[in-house]
Amino acid sequence: MTLESKYNVPTVALHTEKFDRIVRSTTRVGGLPQAAFCFVPMPVMGKSAAELRAYVEGADPLSGRPLMQEVVEGLTTAYSPEPDAGGFNPRFVPAPTPRLVEPATEDELRQLFEDNNWTDFLPIVLPTEERVAAMLAATSHKPEEVVGRMQPTHNRGYWEYTVEKVAVNAVMAGARPEYFPVILALAASEITARSSTSSSAAPMVVVNGPIRHEIGMNSGTGAMGPFNRANATIGRAYGLLSMNGQGGSVPGETFAGSLGNAYTYSNLTFAENEERSPWEPLHVTKGFKPEDSTVSIFWGGRSTTFNLGLREQHWREHVHDMLMGTDQLTAPCLVLDPITARQFIDRGGFDTKDKLFDWIHETAKMPAGEYWDLQLVQNYLYPRATFGEEPFATKLKAAADELIHTFRREEINVVVVGGETNGYWQIMGTNYRKTVCVEDWR
Amino acid sequence: MPEKLTVLNPTGYPPKITQKQLAPRLESLDGRTIYLVDCRFDDSIELLRQVEAWFADNMPSVKTELVSLNNMYSRDDPETWTLIKERGDAAILGVGH
Repeated sequence: MTLESKYNVPTVALHTEKFDRIVRSTTRVGGLPQAAFCFVPMPVMGKSAAELRAYVEGADPLSGRPLMQEVVEGLTTAYSPEPDAGGFNPRFVPAPTPRLVEPATEDELRQLFEDNNWTDFLPIVLPTEERVAAMLAATSHKPEEVVGRMQPTHNRGYWEYTVEKVAVNAVMAGARPEYFPVILALAASEITARSSTSSSAAPMVVVNGPIRHEIGMNSGTGAMGPFNRANATIGRAYGLLSMNGQGGSVPGETFAGSLGNAYTYSNLTFAENEERSPWEPLHVTKGFKPEDSTVSIFWGGRSTTFNLGLREQHWREHVHDMLMGTDQLTAPCLVLDPITARQFIDRGGFDTKDKLFDWIHETAKMPAGEYWDLQLVQNYLYPRATFGEEPFATKLKAAADELIHTFRREEINVVVVGGETNGYWQIMGTNYRKTVCVEDWR
Repeated sequence: MPEKLTVLNPTGYPPKITQKQLAPRLESLDGRTIYLVDCRFDDSIELLRQVEAWFADNMPSVKTELVSLNNMYSRDDPETWTLIKERGDAAILGVGH
């Protein structure tokens, strides 16, 4: 769209067929619904030259017309844009959002919310005016104040949401009013929990500080599971707010995650077990005071490896193997039961997080040739390396058999959680994004 | 008769859309230079090589230039866009998703 409208160059975009509705809705939101595009079969990745030549010589799988005829016509005066009335969801012609839904019975409203894709398809609490007012009473911020804006992915257009909109979604999630400042802090992060990435990412939310106890969050046994109302509904509210606040998260339209990700039901929301951790809490590592209440948001959640404890003889090799099973696109966040956290100190002498991170960084290495041949690295890191961005550019100069760091040192994290029923632990492939102070939203 | 409830709409406020215009289309591709822009996603360059071969076989008067974006597809690339504007007549981008 930039090349076409800003540089005035006639352009045709080739897309894979699965992205039909997404392409159409994106060009509408971008103000260029008449853009010329055509489609090839999915996938392109991994296909032979002969197979790709057949794509080019074949038909657009959606229109049925010869692909190259469409391409040539799209660049010339033969081009006739499709009438601006696709057979898809009219929500992508954004209209002003009414404050209220037309009055209806409970059953009708539940159906309406599902039909509009306003839910995660678990039962919701209907956001009546009384319930929303009770939620709003838990913050000093005014209902009409803009909290932030989100979009499902690049170039989709940012939608805004107010304190009241966050309250509506918090009610729907089943949150208690006392959780509301935490939910507002998540909303203020402007990090969507419903990214449209085809890789199906999920956030991880870590709550730190006194608020954990004030609202009764679980940091012990089962903290990452469905055993606590605050953990469960804060994470759910974050997800609902993201999908509704950004104008949708609908497969094929505003969501392209091929597999989907069950972590997004709760957005992996839990409190850190600060009291049983041998290290400083996460929020202190990120520059906050111990007495601050915060929410920290990670983003990834596509790879998870797990293990039990650290064996005396081969613990280093075992951790290395787990790190090699962590996707290279994000970075390792060690999620440790307190038992294992202490074992890392006993086995490796990592009495500070810095020592642990240094060791993880040095341990996670692989041959450069193998690293650069990963499709994730090819898609997302190789272009940055060729553009000169460090440390990728330096890594690119390594010989194929040279061992290179798989992750950046500053992107490695650790969180301590769990009830010490055993020394189980995980490495989550997830990037730290932001910490927001809850106090600002009381 | 079940009671009717009034509830609030949970959706945010949409962005303002600014309508844009298409660039003028070419009368013909004969003798023109078309840039094939590799978005560096999922082997897209391999598909564009076949598009390049198709032009060589079927429309030999068309000159093609295959270029790769300088960075990830999600980042703007004014350097490449300026190159195409200055030296090319049209562009084919691929492969988007």
